[in-house]
Amino acid sequence: MYTIAGLAQPDTLEEAYRILLHRRTNAILGGCAYLRLGRRKIGTAIDLSKLSLNYIIETEARVEIGAMATLREIETHPALRSLYDGMLTKAVGNIIGVQFRNVATVGGSVFSRYGFSDLITALLALDSEVELYKQGWLALTDFLARPFERDILVRISIKKDGRRAAYHSLRNSASDYPLLNVAVSRHDDAWRIAVGARPNVAVLAPQAAAQLAAGAGSPEGIAAVARAAASELTFGSNMRASASYRQAMCQVLVKRAVLEVLSCR
Amino acid sequence: MQIECVINDQKTVLEANAGELLADTLRARGLLSVRKGCDTACCGLCTVWIDGKPTLSCAVPVFRAQGKHITTIEGVSEEAAAFARLLAAEGAEQCGFCSPGFIMTVLAMKRELKNPTEADIVHYLTGNLCRCTGYMGQMRAVKKYLGVAS
Ligand SMILES: Cc1cc2nc3c(=O)[nH]c(=O)nc-3n(C[C@H](O)[C@H](O)[C@H](O)COP(=O)(O)OP(=O)(O)OC[C@H]3O[C@@H](n4cnc5c(N)ncnc54)[C@H](O)[C@@H]3O)c2cc1C
Ligand code: FES
Ligand code: FES
Repeated sequence: MYTIAGLAQPDTLEEAYRILLHRRTNAILGGCAYLRLGRRKIGTAIDLSKLSLNYIIETEARVEIGAMATLREIETHPALRSLYDGMLTKAVGNIIGVQFRNVATVGGSVFSRYGFSDLITALLALDSEVELYKQGWLALTDFLARPFERDILVRISIKKDGRRAAYHSLRNSASDYPLLNVAVSRHDDAWRIAVGARPNVAVLAPQAAAQLAAGAGSPEGIAAVARAAASELTFGSNMRASASYRQAMCQVLVKRAVLEVLSCR
Repeated sequence: MQIECVINDQKTVLEANAGELLADTLRARGLLSVRKGCDTACCGLCTVWIDGKPTLSCAVPVFRAQGKHITTIEGVSEEAAAFARLLAAEGAEQCGFCSPGFIMTVLAMKRELKNPTEADIVHYLTGNLCRCTGYMGQMRAVKKYLGVAS
């Protein structure tokens, strides 16, 4: 369990960021669910509750999700049930339980770049962007590739570009961490295949996606795409699964997700 | 620090440290139905409602209760008793330690879902673990309670 010496509830992001940089032990609070697992001694805990970051807004062109929106709010948002073929609803739906998802936030989930993250894998396939207070707008791909820098995740933005999508994860038991997760999306002929919980954080499989763009729609073609994804990515072992099991399952999940996207009309 | 909130329909001012968890503050106030069954935010025993939503009180820092309505099983005792009778009739409980959190989730589900399927029910209740039973009795009781038993 973490400890908190003092609490700040700033009225602006500028103030929150200033406090964050003021001392190394200061920290932003999301839903505090993951913080609870550690033993951090937090100097000033920075609560973002006054910054109105708890929103999911759908405009003509985009979906914007504020950092303090909860995973359950993503899951139950009416528009997100149909947009992207309900991929986000499905991606967060296996994380512990309803009561947990009413607590855990989008900001805490994405900023922390957890390897096992279901949400990051889904967002990566959707070509999402993240807004950080200091670093500004970044493609999620770039954010994940950057070295860690103290900052505040403000919101996430996803284009409404008619993209079709599918999400699959594999767990040893319901509500456990995933041992692999795969998200696939298609926008016209451009495909994105994201694989996470390898156990490292999600990355794209560009070569496999390029094969799909070139029209690998036959059963043999899709099997080749799945093999390509499993061989261009790296996998590791941990207590949930070995690297070779993950690699084998990557083929299965990629194939399922691609077939599902191809069947979306 | 002082936190003003409404607990089981009563306006309350809580005195707590900034880092205190809602579950601990509620227990310290004598709401002993609120139990903690794990250290990892994954058992659901500590479920209370915040503004009507089932929430893990072991994960929420108490200062987040400011201005909110908190409901524990003590605040919905009649409804809880009605469901508990169904649970008992199905022989679903053994030690009963998991029951308050489980019942709070079931009552929240009844408000949130219309005519749920078995899969919907399992999905909603996945976050409530029970160490003693095999969940079958609970499922029978829940279906009867929601009026979806076949
Ligand atoms: C037991 C358990 C099981 C889990 N299982 C899964 C799973 O199966 N799949 C999955 O995808 N996820 C899983 N998670 C992770 C979970 O979904 C959340 O991602 C996690 O709890 C972090 O969200 P939070 O709001 O609780 O963040 P917190 O615990 O509050 O914060 C986590 C970190 O992020 C920082 N932070 C928070 N918000 C911001 C922000 N806006 N800007 C910058 N930094 C910020 C904090 O300082 C802290 O370092 C699990 C977590 C737990 C505790
Ligand atoms: S005590 Fe286990 S989830 Fe809260
Ligand atoms: S009856 Fe004992 S833990 Fe559920």
